Amino acid sequence: MRVFIVEDDQEAAAYMVKGLKESGYVVEHVADGREALYRVAAEAYDVVVVDRMLPSVDGLTIVKTMRSAGNQTPVLILSALGDVDDRVKGLKAGGDDYLVKPYAFAELLARLEALLRRGRSDAPGTLLKVADLEMDLVGRTVRRAGQTIELKPKEFALLEYLMRHAGHVVTRTMLLENVWDYSFDPQTNVIDVHVSRLRHKIDKGHDKPLLSTIRGAGYSLRDSN
Amino acid sequence: MIPTKLLRSSTLRLSILHMAAFGLSVLVLLWFIYSSTAGFMERQTDETINAEIQGLAEQYGQLGLTGLIRVIKSRVAKDKNGSSVYLLTDWKFNPLAGNLPEWPKFKDTGSGWFDATLEDTEGFEPHRVRMRYFLLPGNFHLVVGRDVSERIKVERLIMDALFWGLLLTVVLGGAGGVLTSRWMLKRIDVITKASREIMNGDLTRRIPTRGAGDEFDRLAENLNAMLDQIVRLMEGVKQVSNNIAHDLRGPLNRIRSGLEMSLTRVESPEASRAVLEQTITEIDGLLQTFNALLTIAQAESGARRQDFTDIDLTSLAADAAELYEPVAEEAGLTFTLDLAPGLTVPGNRHLLSQALANLLDNAVKYTPAGGSISLTLTSGPLGVALAVADTGPGIPAEHRELVLERFTRLESSRNTPGSGLGLSLVAAAAGLHQAELTLSDNAPGLCVTLLFPASRTKS
Repeated sequence: MRVFIVEDDQEAAAYMVKGLKESGYVVEHVADGREALYRVAAEAYDVVVVDRMLPSVDGLTIVKTMRSAGNQTPVLILSALGDVDDRVKGLKAGGDDYLVKPYAFAELLARLEALLRRGRSDAPGTLLKVADLEMDLVGRTVRRAGQTIELKPKEFALLEYLMRHAGHVVTRTMLLENVWDYSFDPQTNVIDVHVSRLRHKIDKGHDKPLLSTIRGAGYSLRDSN
Repeated sequence: MIPTKLLRSSTLRLSILHMAAFGLSVLVLLWFIYSSTAGFMERQTDETINAEIQGLAEQYGQLGLTGLIRVIKSRVAKDKNGSSVYLLTDWKFNPLAGNLPEWPKFKDTGSGWFDATLEDTEGFEPHRVRMRYFLLPGNFHLVVGRDVSERIKVERLIMDALFWGLLLTVVLGGAGGVLTSRWMLKRIDVITKASREIMNGDLTRRIPTRGAGDEFDRLAENLNAMLDQIVRLMEGVKQVSNNIAHDLRGPLNRIRSGLEMSLTRVESPEASRAVLEQTITEIDGLLQTFNALLTIAQAESGARRQDFTDIDLTSLAADAAELYEPVAEEAGLTFTLDLAPGLTVPGNRHLLSQALANLLDNAVKYTPAGGSISLTLTSGPLGVALAVADTGPGIPAEHRELVLERFTRLESSRNTPGSGLGLSLVAAAAGLHQAELTLSDNAPGLCVTLLFPASRTKS
């Protein structure tokens, strides 16, 4: 997987490059916006991480240029501007996700993985399956080992998101943004409560727990075999 | 010498302009009076002369030369003050009758009309006459005239009035302009001087008023009120900065000493790890405080009001309730929900959600197990009311204003986690949406109501 990073803060970039390499990615990095424009036009990357504020050409212009040239590579925008309006602008410009600085590395990694899976797992299947857990998107039913599990609408949406990202880490903010459409962090751990209720419903009475908490990062739904 | 400041004053320029316009109108008015009086008199003189010549010509036609001579003589005799002039001569210009001693010299312009000055005729003073020359059949020459000295006197009077009137206008207007400008400049200078001193840092200085209640006093009063508000805001900012400094120093200090300790002591990797984890938790808390401060600042700036869209409060409240209901249940609280359907307000979804989340957060945090929380959305004549009530300890009436300030944490809540910004954000969001925020006693507990005034809501 080739990741292209456009970030002018050398130290932050070095940290990101090191972390992503350790996670098994092939990483390329430039600090200048103009150079980034040449590179995205010439090379094929799997995902692009672009800082919003850059010398010579800013991040949003890079994304817009890529999109108008028909380049559909997923883009994650990094920014110190955390206002909702800034976020909306970033996504409107063609960004696929928006992450506000400072961020946890686990958050960045989880979001990159989610972006990379896009287009592969988003295929409009009507059935999601993780181990013996099955979700029928049309009938809106969930079964584990053949037993029907009753879920409330939000619980269903939460489980659907987790199943679509099965095997990968999903952070609390990703859940808040994608399941609840909130872009702020509530003070109490509301998400934890929701996840633990969901876990209770899908894992209780089964030998193999599917939904696990990843310390310092978030949650993951996976087949532990 | 008039100082340049006065010359550059806009009041002086305005009064000069005003004076010029006024002078012009005086000129036009007097000219109109002149032409309608003097011109009228002139026309009347000419008409009289014409009528007389016509009369005399008819007399000549009916009575012949001797008759005409007799008529002229009798008219001259009747004209005691010499306001009329007659002269009839033969073809060699020898006088036959009339009160002119000889044929007057004049330049024939073809119309027969001419003006002349008669030096001294039979004891009268020299005067201007308007005359008309007429040739009678048989080559007799006739001149009939009228004294126009009176008319000329009136003309001169009007001309004089015109001149003096203009002069007076210019002088009085100019002097008035200078005086007014000077007076205005003096009052403006007082304000300028005071504002300069204030700009130089003396924020306690105020613009003096004269107590006359005029527009300058009103301006000064407004400026003073504005200054008071600026001072209040600056004090508020200072207070907030102090609070921020104070509230950030605590966690920063904990971070610092934790890192320092693990640096100086040789600790097990597990212990170092624990310190680092603690550090990240502290920093995350700091970031949350920063984000809350930024959001409050943005809401207070009001800049977001232009991006308002119609927000379905009912579904917004339902979403928030859905998010918090399990948390409340987990904390051993009863959560009741009563939402009127389809209520809409113009607003910012993100901020309203966050404000409501903060209120529910507080309710869950402060209500002891076994209590209850309720979220209600109602529509009444006053508007749409969104209320979060709990059965917790509540907030004493005297502290209800205070808790809306940034970083206020009551003694009783020292042991619960929080930044003291939750209600400040609610207050800022309420302000942005022009909603009325009320904290009241839920007996027992706290009830927080956001009232969106009827004039701003749609249902």
